[in-house]
Amino acid sequence: MFDPIMYLKVFAIGGLVCMIGQLLIITTKITSARILVSFLLLGVFMEAIGIFEPIKQFAGAGISVPIIGFGASLARGAIDAGNTLGVLGVFTGGLTATAGGIAAAILAGYVFGLIFNSKTKK
Amino acid sequence: MLNRLGEQTIVFTNKPRVLGSCSIVGPKEGKGNFGKYFHKVLGDDLFGEDSYEKAESKMMQFAITEAIQDAKITKNDIDILFAGDLMNQITSSSFAARTLQVPYIGLFGACSTMAESLIMGSVYVDGGFAKYVACATGSHFSSAEKQFRYPLELGTQRPPSSQWTVTGTGCSILGCGESPISIVSATIGKVVDWAVNDVNNMGAAMAPAAMSTLKAHLDDTGKKPEDYDLILTGDLGKLGSEILMDLMEYNGYKIGNNYSDCGQMMFTSTQKTFMGGSGCGCGASILNSYVYDRLRTGELKNVLFIATGALMSTVSSQQGNSIPGIAHAVEFCYGGKKDV
Amino acid sequence: MNEQERNERYNAYIEAKMPKTKPWPTLFHAFWTGGLICCLGELIKDLFLYFFPYMSTLDATNWSLIILIILASFLTGIGVYDRIGAYAGAGSIVPITGFSNSIASPALEFKREGLVFGLMAKMFIIAGPVIVSGTVASIIVGLIYLFI
Repeated sequence: MFDPIMYLKVFAIGGLVCMIGQLLIITTKITSARILVSFLLLGVFMEAIGIFEPIKQFAGAGISVPIIGFGASLARGAIDAGNTLGVLGVFTGGLTATAGGIAAAILAGYVFGLIFNSKTKK
Repeated sequence: MLNRLGEQTIVFTNKPRVLGSCSIVGPKEGKGNFGKYFHKVLGDDLFGEDSYEKAESKMMQFAITEAIQDAKITKNDIDILFAGDLMNQITSSSFAARTLQVPYIGLFGACSTMAESLIMGSVYVDGGFAKYVACATGSHFSSAEKQFRYPLELGTQRPPSSQWTVTGTGCSILGCGESPISIVSATIGKVVDWAVNDVNNMGAAMAPAAMSTLKAHLDDTGKKPEDYDLILTGDLGKLGSEILMDLMEYNGYKIGNNYSDCGQMMFTSTQKTFMGGSGCGCGASILNSYVYDRLRTGELKNVLFIATGALMSTVSSQQGNSIPGIAHAVEFCYGGKKDV
Repeated sequence: MNEQERNERYNAYIEAKMPKTKPWPTLFHAFWTGGLICCLGELIKDLFLYFFPYMSTLDATNWSLIILIILASFLTGIGVYDRIGAYAGAGSIVPITGFSNSIASPALEFKREGLVFGLMAKMFIIAGPVIVSGTVASIIVGLIYLFI
């Protein structure tokens, strides 16, 4: 807990992931929705082939805060629940594991959407 | 007898006059290079309304009303209003016309609508079908962003080839009467598509259309680019206007010193608009303020205004269609020059 | 020169003439902003573990993500997140806060078209593809694991 070396690793890996995203944007003119989708799928893939967990051990939030972590949770949830519940678990596991994040985003979007208005850019 | 020259150009024998004009812009445009020339600069681009679409319509209504006053006539004198904008089903214009209660013909020519409406208005006045017409168009940054790009609060970067939709509206009153500004000819453009797909690079998509119309105008009238004090394109932006100059040179016409683009000139370099302004309101607001002011005093004597438009929709570009461009040219003259 | 040849030449000419983003400054912006957001996530997780010693690391991580999501949504509401995004680019898109921003921003934008067809329906115009592709991919992965 509060290990400065860990924070350094989080910063480095998290920054690196975002930098790769930026590199994709400026070289391929890809839109932000596509960036989100491709990094999410990357996360699913990384979890599926088992390289997400070791990176997470090493870099913590550096890999779990980027949307890669969201994808990995989806995959992990589906795999784990599949092991215990079978095919039903495959269907319920992914969204169960990520339900917190999705629910928070929907709730916050709804509430702040009601409160605030979009403002013009300067 | 047909009042036509060459393939695409029409000539107005009665020379419709520009009797009045008005331009209204948003706060960012007010801080730009032309801030001091516009008739009204808004402090808040909502203009007291609760949505940007309503604000855009109110700006249109304001510009038309003020232009009518500027021409020293009344609303009832307007025989036809020609107006258009960028919103789906041109609601901003139609809603302004609903309030104004004048005979109305809605136009769509994307950002070429200023020239399109001036051509339509001139034809009606020249043919004796109307004594006074109003020609208006406008655009709003925030409503255009919502319709064509992303929500305003989405955290994305604008690519360096992108342009900034101008919040602005311009209206010209044409008619028979006394005024130093007359419209002598117009060239109606063809839809030109050179397979540009990048919606963040409108200048490149529209430049071939501008080239086609400018070339047609020069060929039809037998004039040279030097014959004009000012050749002004609507919203090609920095990149698009450079491309147009290259394309014209490739075709053997040299345009340079007397050529400008409203989009390129609209904003200062510190306003982070990259290639400059775009939208119907870009050309419309500068034409109806700065350019007419210069034409009224005779500082400019021959002006060729070419408004360019990109005729795509979000659906067409999502389906992978390239962006067709169009450009219409209107030739303005100072004074009662007889020959065309 | 036929039409297709002309279009290809024109597009090649534009490609060469087009202004390019200077890569290094924007890459650096994305790097440090993204890194900082991740560190904030790590900090929130550590704080949860500090104040609730019996909490599992997984729960603390989930809490940190929820806090980040709500924070980003709030920053979107007060009109700050789009400015961060204009500076940081992918640095504020790739972290989970970018996902939150992509849900909150259309909610704000389309509220004027009403609660049902505006705010609620349009909320997912950007995030929808993320949830759809993630769900489908996770089910495929789960099935592969189940039968291998």
